[in-house]
Amino acid sequence: MIPLGLPEPTAPALTTQAPDLDYWLLSPLLVVFAVGVVGVLVEAFVDRRHRRLTQLVLALAGVGAAFVLTLLQVGSLPEQGAGVGVAFATVAVDRPTLFFQGTILVLAFISLLLIAENRDGESAFAAQAAAVPGSEEERAHVLAGSQHTEVYPLVMFAVLGMQLFPASNDFLTMFIALEVMSLPLYLLCGLARRRRLFSQEAAVKYFLLGAFSSAFFLFGIAMVYGYAGSVHFADVYAAVGAGGAGVIEDGEPLLLIGMALIGVGLLFKVGAVPFHNWKPDVYQGAPTPITALMASCTLVAAFGALLRVFYVAFGASVWEWRPMLWVVAILTMVLAAVIAVTQRDIKRLLAYSSVVHAGFVLTAVVAASADGLAGAMFYLAAYGFTTIGAFAVVTLVRAPEGGAEAGDLAQWAGLARTSPFLAGALGLFLLAFAGIPLTSGFIGKFAVFEAAVAAGATPLVVVGVLSSAVTAFFYVRIIVLMFFAEPAETAPRVLRPGGLTGTVIGVGIAATVLLGVFPGPVLDNLLPQPSAEAAVGTQPSGAGIVPEDMFVR
Amino acid sequence: MTPTLAADVHAVTTAADGGALSFAWLLIAFPLAGAAILLLGGRRANAWGHWLAIAAALASFAWAVLGLVDLLGRAPEGRSVAVEVYRWIEVGGFRADVSLLVDPLSITFALLITGVGSLIHVYSVGYMSHDENRRKFFAYLNLFVAAMLVLVLADNYLLLFLGWEGVGLASYLLIGFWQHKPSAAVAAKKAFLINRVGDIGLLIAIMLMFTTFGTVAFTPLFESVGGAGQGVMTAIGLLLLLGACGKSAQLPLQAWLLDAMEGPTPVSALIHAATMVTAGVYLIVRSGPVFEAAPTAQLVVTVVGAATLLAGAAIGCAKDDIKKALAGSTMSQIGYMVLAAGLGPIGYAAAIAHLVTHGFFKAGLFLGAGSVMHGMNDEVDMRRYGGLRKAMPITFATFGAGYLAIIGVPFLSGWWTKEGIIQAAFDSGGVTGQILGWATLLGAGLTAFYMSRIMFMTFFGKKRWADDAHPHESPSSMTVPMIVLAVGSVALGAVLVFNYTLAGFLAPVVGAPHHEFDLAHMVTSPYSLIALAFMLVGVAFAWVRYARADVPVEAPKGNFVTVAAREELYGNALNEGLFMRPGQVVTAASTAFDNHAVDGLVNGVARWIRTGSENLRLVQTGFARSYALTMLFGAAVVVATTLGVTFA
Repeated sequence: MIPLGLPEPTAPALTTQAPDLDYWLLSPLLVVFAVGVVGVLVEAFVDRRHRRLTQLVLALAGVGAAFVLTLLQVGSLPEQGAGVGVAFATVAVDRPTLFFQGTILVLAFISLLLIAENRDGESAFAAQAAAVPGSEEERAHVLAGSQHTEVYPLVMFAVLGMQLFPASNDFLTMFIALEVMSLPLYLLCGLARRRRLFSQEAAVKYFLLGAFSSAFFLFGIAMVYGYAGSVHFADVYAAVGAGGAGVIEDGEPLLLIGMALIGVGLLFKVGAVPFHNWKPDVYQGAPTPITALMASCTLVAAFGALLRVFYVAFGASVWEWRPMLWVVAILTMVLAAVIAVTQRDIKRLLAYSSVVHAGFVLTAVVAASADGLAGAMFYLAAYGFTTIGAFAVVTLVRAPEGGAEAGDLAQWAGLARTSPFLAGALGLFLLAFAGIPLTSGFIGKFAVFEAAVAAGATPLVVVGVLSSAVTAFFYVRIIVLMFFAEPAETAPRVLRPGGLTGTVIGVGIAATVLLGVFPGPVLDNLLPQPSAEAAVGTQPSGAGIVPEDMFVR
Repeated sequence: MTPTLAADVHAVTTAADGGALSFAWLLIAFPLAGAAILLLGGRRANAWGHWLAIAAALASFAWAVLGLVDLLGRAPEGRSVAVEVYRWIEVGGFRADVSLLVDPLSITFALLITGVGSLIHVYSVGYMSHDENRRKFFAYLNLFVAAMLVLVLADNYLLLFLGWEGVGLASYLLIGFWQHKPSAAVAAKKAFLINRVGDIGLLIAIMLMFTTFGTVAFTPLFESVGGAGQGVMTAIGLLLLLGACGKSAQLPLQAWLLDAMEGPTPVSALIHAATMVTAGVYLIVRSGPVFEAAPTAQLVVTVVGAATLLAGAAIGCAKDDIKKALAGSTMSQIGYMVLAAGLGPIGYAAAIAHLVTHGFFKAGLFLGAGSVMHGMNDEVDMRRYGGLRKAMPITFATFGAGYLAIIGVPFLSGWWTKEGIIQAAFDSGGVTGQILGWATLLGAGLTAFYMSRIMFMTFFGKKRWADDAHPHESPSSMTVPMIVLAVGSVALGAVLVFNYTLAGFLAPVVGAPHHEFDLAHMVTSPYSLIALAFMLVGVAFAWVRYARADVPVEAPKGNFVTVAAREELYGNALNEGLFMRPGQVVTAASTAFDNHAVDGLVNGVARWIRTGSENLRLVQTGFARSYALTMLFGAAVVVATTLGVTFA
């Protein structure tokens, strides 16, 4: 038995004082949560015919209101310090939190438009998920025009989890956020209207592997608790700084193993190699609007959490965690790019592309500096808009018969002849993925690579640049296919983008171009500019300590 | 006449008074707009496009005249007027404004370009009447005029370079205008490539000037030339000369001009005789303070000029193609100007005066040649001409006026200005002055010979026409410009030189007028008499060979001198041996390297990645259990890395 010198548990707060919550700072979370709860009630009490509209208006209003509240909070951040801890410092409200929450809310808003798209009375979701695929019961529901409007509250809960994930300031809150985010997503993945078995398979896989990764995450938390005697990031940081919390002698292996396992859990969520296997299967099987939601919002949330864990809790152990992230980043950038070369399905290809992009963002994480944080933030926002746009285009290109999406790239040949605007939009998104100048992708790549080079991770950047060369190959191949190849024998049926999908694509194009041409206003204001003496005083790469002024500690 | 040492006074005033000069940019804007409308207007502009182009050229000319009047209304030392248009480039300490410098030198060029340019626009209406691409032709002509005006009106080297490249482009487009003829396409490419060599020289000179003086604007740059070392100044001078050689077809970059005759004849007259090819002379005169600070470079300039004036004359003596013979003559005459420009302040005014009169009589000669070709089914071989004076009397008369002017018959334009150069060469003093002077005298004799040869073979002697030739006089749209130019060929020299008109006008920019322009001195000078004697010998020799004797239709074999001259003194052979063949070898080698080594590497890597991709795909089995296993391995790797780095 290991002699644990854990402190005597202090008297629980229940008896002494009521939790003193700053409801103002929590309001964006509470609004989304409330909308989710109301959404459930709507399912119970509102007439079936009005449910979709009611849910949609509620959801959009809730997300919009939460976004406005988030914006207002940026102004109300204290002058001194990076931000404030809320609810016993379990939730951190600082600039990165607000940026990630704001980005998630905007992207969720756009994704909701895509989710709400109804074509000929058909949404992207199963008429009755409980019915066995292909059964009489399913047919009956399809004919009756049933819809799963529970989708909206589920999305709301997922968004709540995503908001909380990068804001969590201790491991337990973070774990809860992770589950709140993931559980609705598991469900949503299985709700595709077409190819339902495929969709359900994806959902089950996602659930199993997600549970597996959660186990790693929890196990890691236990290890770190064993080392630091606390799950609060600030305590862990202090314990590392003091060379241990005195809980256990020679506890460093505990810290290292815990750090690695927590890393596994988070890297699973961002989909870095070798924890990426779920991504292609799930992205392909899930209803495309949900894929768009996951590819943008989930990625932003997961990276927000990853950054907070490694920059705050393990902010003094940069030398310890950096090798692990190096290995993962290199594996991610190389393997995912190589595998993507031979993909034939557009959604799988975009899934692998998302994996490679996660690798690029990891190079910024490795930098462990303010530049790295800013680069990652910009990259995630830029990528989010572009990827939603790309998936929106995917929803419009359908197989000639049956209405399922035409995933097979062979059917996309010559698409520019029949739908030049759609092909042009996708072309723009692909160029942004490839990082061509004048698109947001270029600025994002530049920002993350620059941060990595400044932190001495030049070899990583070399790998990154080579990897982007490989990725450029398959992006451009699609463009060539669309614009210069003869149309396929079985030409796909291209739907005219409705108002909702059109808006999504338009926003994607606008963000991709604007962030590419005028990145300055966003890029320069992500973080407060460090004052001159602070810039001289901090040596991010040399000290092995992440600069302290970016996050609440 | 009290010579003022005005060359040092580069006081530049700004044109803020709202006069004609404040809108000097209109000079450029008219033809530029013309070119844009014609090129963008497409087929709709076919019917009226050429009239618009003429209107643009004439408007520009009219504005130049207004500018001249404005300048003349100012005191001589206040005649350098800067006109700021807008800021073009500002990078760090480097700043380039688009501002124009209107002074006596640039307005002289502007008048020549727009004046002769307008005449040639008019001529082209008739000459190109049967060409279906006439609109495009006029668009290019307008483009050329605009670019040439940018070149001469620029107040800094960078803007000058823009015009320099612009005229190069126009020249390329117009030489290759009949691109369906392979020879024209090749000639255009050749002109472009050889000009690139010169352009690079000019570009490096500009960079060198910027690093040395921190500016590329004329006025501040010339004020600080004294501060630079001799070596730098010599390098700048030689590089500027390289640029001038390319544009002005001087040795060793002369080879393109004869081939450039593939272009339509109005182009040969405007670009490759009257204006663009004289840009090199303009560059040297404009950069006078730079060259004066680099005596070595000046010496090289005079040597290049002297060598080219003799080489061009020799080529002119041997060519049977009327346009190529005239092109040789152009080289030779520009050689005169370059030589004079290399002499420094005593030669600048002479060079510019000869440039202007040459612009008139050589343009007139080319238009005459074009008129002859127009009447002879585009025949260019002079051995197929003969006795045309009766069939084409106006052409004969105007061509004759230009002929008499260029060979230097006293009191015609060419005499006034060429004598000026001969005098200036001898006056420069020393052995060099003597050598240069005798070279100009010898050139005068050769000029008389080859021009008489052209004259006699074309207009005198027996008819040697091809069977289907029916020579006729050209339409009035062609003859009127020729008549105007002929009047200029006869009278302009006297107007410019007599009473120091041009020299005095240019004095604030290029330096003081000199007494060589004194009429009494010119008539009585021994060199003037020697020049006259040389000219008479040349004419007589030509008369014996080409007027009294019959001219064979097939060219005789000739001795080695003739053969060498026909082969353009082996300039092309030299270029081919020294540059083209080695260049081709390098091209072939780099192509092979690209095809095999680079492509092999790239394709190999691509194949390798694809194979890797096919294999790696197999890992994605679709089974959740194998995914979980991968994750487990991954977790093991991550933990091992973290522990390993710390404890190993």
